[in-house]
This record gives sequence, structure tokens and C-alpha cells, in this order.
Amino acid sequence: MEYAWDFSQVFANRALLWQGLQNTLILGFTCLVLGLFFGLFVGAARFSGKGWLYYPATAFVEVFRNTPVLVQIIWFFFAFPIIAPFRIDAFTAAALGLTLNTVAFSSEIYRAGLQSIAKGQWEAGKALGMSYWEQMRRIVLPQAIRRMLPAFMNRAVELFKMTSLASVIAYGELMHKAKVVSTIAFNPIEMYTAVALIFFAVLFPMTIVVRRFEKRNDVGS
Amino acid sequence: MTAVLRIEELHKSFGELEVLKGIDLSVQKGEVIVLIGASGSGKSTMLRCLNFMEIPSGGRVVLDGDVIGHERNGQRVYNERELTKLRARVGMVFQHFNLFPHMTAIENVMEGPRTVLKLGADECRRRGEKYLGKVGLDWKADAFPAQLSGGQQQRVAIARALAMEPEIMLFDEATSALDPELVGEVLETMKALAEEGMTMIIVTHELGFAYAVADKVLFLSQGRILEQGTPADVLTHPKEEGTKNFLRGHGTFRLPEPQID
Amino acid sequence: MQCPPTLFPTKARAMGYEWDFAIVFRDFDLLILGLINTLKVTGLALLFGVPLGLILALLRLYGAWPIRIPVGLVIEFLRTTPPIAQLFWFFFALPILIGVEIDPFRAAVLTFSLQSSAFFAEVFRAGIQSIDSGQWEASKAIGMNRNETLRRVILPQAVKRMIPAFLERAIELMKTTTLVSTISYADLLYQANNIAQTTFRTIEVYTVAATMYFIVMFACSIAVRRLEKRLARSGETVVN
Repeated sequence: MEYAWDFSQVFANRALLWQGLQNTLILGFTCLVLGLFFGLFVGAARFSGKGWLYYPATAFVEVFRNTPVLVQIIWFFFAFPIIAPFRIDAFTAAALGLTLNTVAFSSEIYRAGLQSIAKGQWEAGKALGMSYWEQMRRIVLPQAIRRMLPAFMNRAVELFKMTSLASVIAYGELMHKAKVVSTIAFNPIEMYTAVALIFFAVLFPMTIVVRRFEKRNDVGS
Repeated sequence: MTAVLRIEELHKSFGELEVLKGIDLSVQKGEVIVLIGASGSGKSTMLRCLNFMEIPSGGRVVLDGDVIGHERNGQRVYNERELTKLRARVGMVFQHFNLFPHMTAIENVMEGPRTVLKLGADECRRRGEKYLGKVGLDWKADAFPAQLSGGQQQRVAIARALAMEPEIMLFDEATSALDPELVGEVLETMKALAEEGMTMIIVTHELGFAYAVADKVLFLSQGRILEQGTPADVLTHPKEEGTKNFLRGHGTFRLPEPQID
Repeated sequence: MQCPPTLFPTKARAMGYEWDFAIVFRDFDLLILGLINTLKVTGLALLFGVPLGLILALLRLYGAWPIRIPVGLVIEFLRTTPPIAQLFWFFFALPILIGVEIDPFRAAVLTFSLQSSAFFAEVFRAGIQSIDSGQWEASKAIGMNRNETLRRVILPQAVKRMIPAFLERAIELMKTTTLVSTISYADLLYQANNIAQTTFRTIEVYTVAATMYFIVMFACSIAVRRLEKRLARSGETVVN
């Protein structure tokens, strides 16, 4: 059983794959930025301890943490348009699912980060005459973000892996391009190997950076 | 002569527990007041009510003629913006320093002028240098809190409060968390401030220091002022049984050498 | 005014959408069968993945460098490539490579066992490394060798700390198994897809399926949190 590997078709389709990778990155960064932004508010809502903020935020987080992200994407692509007053394309559906998923997970990171800051830090800011948001912006967040950074980067790695699920609803990211090419050129071995290697090449350096950060934080604290 | 700070019938409860049961006090400009009392007597809570770190359950606080809060349906209500403004006028020093670990010493001191007073960069720096110098730590301006000793951290915390140029300074057991050999430098700093005429309210267990620095000593017991007067009256000739018992427990405080002017 | 039936939602229909869950519940047994298949794949992947993870962790920790480095690379590779790419590789590519047909079920179990073993390896590693070096020294002092120390002293302590991280990983694994629907293995999501296509009750079907996933995973999450609290009281836990 001798298989002759042949990557020429992968190479011949490099423009298509490059386009796919770009789409992967666009989807990933869109969801990362939006997810981290809105995650702060959901995390702060859960942290605040005020019932009318805490319970809706908690329900949201639990639903998105405890359902598979593929189901979320499919729900937004096939089900949501029926009740939504507008059409939803593959990118929007995938971005909606992945963003909300990222909001849910990152809000927990924010919350844990905020909780890790000692009460005395808030009090010192308060005693200087800072408002709640000044305390948050100047004192608490700068300290908390530093502690949260490794967790956020881990989340980013997970998110970029998850973008490949958008291929299921035919968004033209890397995985989907590979699927298309491999059915035409009939080279699934080379094609999927190449995709895995591309993801590895993009994400592995990120995990190394995360580990550096984690080590530095250990020493720092 | 009007008081810098006046409190009337101050009450504070945490749920069922009534911690302050009606406290009256008037603080003149430049006066140094020391609160003593057993733990749980309410002295820290009283201090924290003065800059509204805790919201009093009853009574009034009057700062420099301004009555804080509004009367509504027979109750005092406070709005957060007003309290925030008030806190900028009152300096506070904490037991555990609470320096901002992500800022250098001078950045800590400049933080209030910058964020709260919204002063220009030059003025912030000038204040930072001035008040760090005042506590003798201008040479540590660029050190982070983790690189400073406990005593140095507390002095930076004092400078941070001073940089707001407050009308009154509150000290909440400022030396309790320090190793014994570091207590002296912080007390020195506080004493120097008192001598400059800063209005101060100090919660402390250092009775020798209270004796040397205070204009008036208040002994708190179970949420009330049990006894008050000059340090000599309260600390060496207490009248109340409760004060005597408390002082017996602290029997070994050293009175400073009599000073000859 | 009555809107003509159409596959594409219009604004008018969106406003007046009539929910009908009855059709979905007529096929509820299919969804239950799907859920059972989901649990089957998850269970088998755990069964193979955990021991394999332990082996990988030990090789990475104590192997000589010609073993340690490739093992480390394999772990990193499995952790940083998308599971769907792995699944497609094992389902579409591997059969060609070895000349043996692999059905969706086997491909799924193979993929998720390997994939989760990489994550479990990291949990094991963190757990083992979290044990105080004094434990090693004490064991050495009473004459134990490395294997004995691992088996009798280190792992029993480490495993207890790792339990929450394991369970969290197991929940993640269950979520990941939804991918098998893309290679036509009849898990919960696949059944939902089928029912949606035949009944056109898309929104009801996917909502019910999502709720089923939620119930199972939320119950697991709560159990994990309870356990975490109990373990936290009796000692530290490690997080992955």
C-alpha cells in the first residue's frame, strides 16, 4: 500500500486557499473584537451583583456555554432568519454564533479577573474621589487585564479553530475552500493535511506566546 | 470660629447590627483628633462614614459649612456624584496602603490630580514631586509599590492622599499592618503633617503617638463616645471605667519624654 | 392579507410566524436516538482518550528527547488544528492512505479519542507538575523508584485535583462531537437536520435540539461546579 503524495494541486490552488485563509482571519478577528467588547459588559453585569443585571446576563452565558457552537451557527443560519425581519448570509450567521459564543466565554474571564482584584483597590480609588467607572478604567481594569491576557489568548486560539465550522454553512473560509478543491481535484489527503498545517502554523506561535505570558505572570505574582 | 467638619447624631447599622449609636463631633481647622477604642467599638466605621466610604444610616455630616446629602421624607439621601466630589476634598490613608500596583510611586501620587481634578500634565507632575518629597520619597519616584518596603508604601499612600490637597485627612489604622521596625517612619510623617497644621482624624492603637500628637482624644465604646478630652485627661487620668479597662490592656504604652519649650 | 407560502422568509411572515412544536415532538424519538448516539461517541472517545492522554503526558514529561519532542509536537498539533479538519482527514483522507474503508462512527471515535487525548495529556501534565517536589523526595528517601512514586504517591494526589478539569474537557468533547453530523453520523444534530428538511419546521427543530444539548450539558456543568467547590474545600484543584 504505497500512496504517492502529490501536493501539486494544493500549490496550484494556492490563490483560493489564500483567499480562504483571509476569510478565516476576517471572521475570526471580527468575532474576537466584538466578542471581547461586549463580553466586558456581560462580565461586568454578572460582577455587579445587581439582580436585574445579573440574572439575564447569567442566563445568556449559561445558554451559550452549554450548547455546541455548531448548533448555534446552524440555528442562526437556518432557524433565526424565519423570525428575523431580514435575510442572513453565511458570514452573518457564523459571525453571530461565534461572537455570542465569545461574549459568553470572555465575560467569564472578565468576571474572574475583576473578582481577583482586592476590594482595597476600589476603595483607594473611591477615597480619591473617583467615580465607579473611573475606578474601573484607571485602577481595576489595567490590573485585571494583565491577569486575563493568557485566558483571552487561549480563547482566541479556540475561536480561530471554531471559525472552520462556518464551512458547514458554506462560508468560504479555509476549510470550505479545501472541501471544494478536494472534491474537484480529488486529493483529500493533501488538501486536509495542508489545511491542518496552515492552522497549526498560524495558531501554534500564539500558544507559545500564551505560555510565555503565563510563566511571566507566575513569577510576577 | 466655624468647624471644618461637624457630625451630628451619626448612626450606622449593618443590617440588624447597630455599630454607631449617635456620635457628635466638631473638628476645628488644624486640629488633630485621635480615635481609640477596642476592636468592634465602631472607630473605623465612624472614620469611613466621614468620607462616605460607608453611607451613614442617620445623622448629618457637615464639611466646611456644606451639609452633605438632602432631606427627603424625613430621611437623608445622598447622590453618588455629590459623594464623589466630597471624597476628593477628604484624604484617606488605609491600613493596607492599597497602592495601585501597576503604577510607579509618582504615578500613584499623580493619579488623583490627573483623573479626578483633571489637572494638566505639568501640574500633576509638580504635585507628584512635591508630595513625594514631603514624605521623603522623591528618590523612589519611579519605583513600583512591590519594590518598596511597607513603611515606604504607606508614605507613598499618604502622599497620594495629600496630592489632592484635601481639607482634612483620615488615617485608618495606618500603622497596624506594618512590621514594628517600620512603624516609626510612618508616625514621623504623620507627626510632621500635624505640625504643619493639617486637620487630621486618626484611628490608631499607638497610644504614645496619640499622646504626643493629638489635640483631642476620643474613646469609643459600643458605638458611642464614652470619654473625650485632651490626651493627658483621657490617657493618663481617665474617668470612665471602660476607658480605664481599655488602657489597662494597653498598659505598656510609652509616654514621650516631657518636652521643654 | 394571506402571504403565499415560500421557503424564504419575508417581513410579513416574520411578524406573524406561527409556532408549531407538535410536528417536532412527533419525531422526538429520532432526536432521542440522536442524543444517545452523541453520548455513545463521547463516551467511547473518553474511554480511549483518557488512558491515551496519560501515556502521552508521561512520555512528554519523562521520555528521552527523541520521544519527548515528537510527542510534544503531536499534542500541540492536535490542540491547535480545528477538529473538523481532523475529522475530515480521518474520514476522507485516511481510508485512501491505508486502503481500508472507515465508517463515520469509527472515524468519529478515532478522531475524538486522539483529539481529546491531547487535551487530557495537558491536564495530566499540569496535575502531575502541581504536586510538591517534597513528595518526590520523601518517596525517594524511603527507597521508591520513579514508577512506584508516580503510581503510589503522585498520581493519586494529582488525579483528585484534576477531576474538575477532566469533566470540563468532557463537556467540551461532547460539544465537539456535533461535528460528526457533517460526515452523516446520526447524532442529535444530524437528526435535527433531517427532521428540519422534511418538516420545514426549522426553527422549532433546532430550538428543541439546542435545548436538549443545553439540558445535558448544563446538568453536567452544575455537577462540575458542585464538585469543584467540594474539592476546593479539601484542597487545591488545577485548571487547564
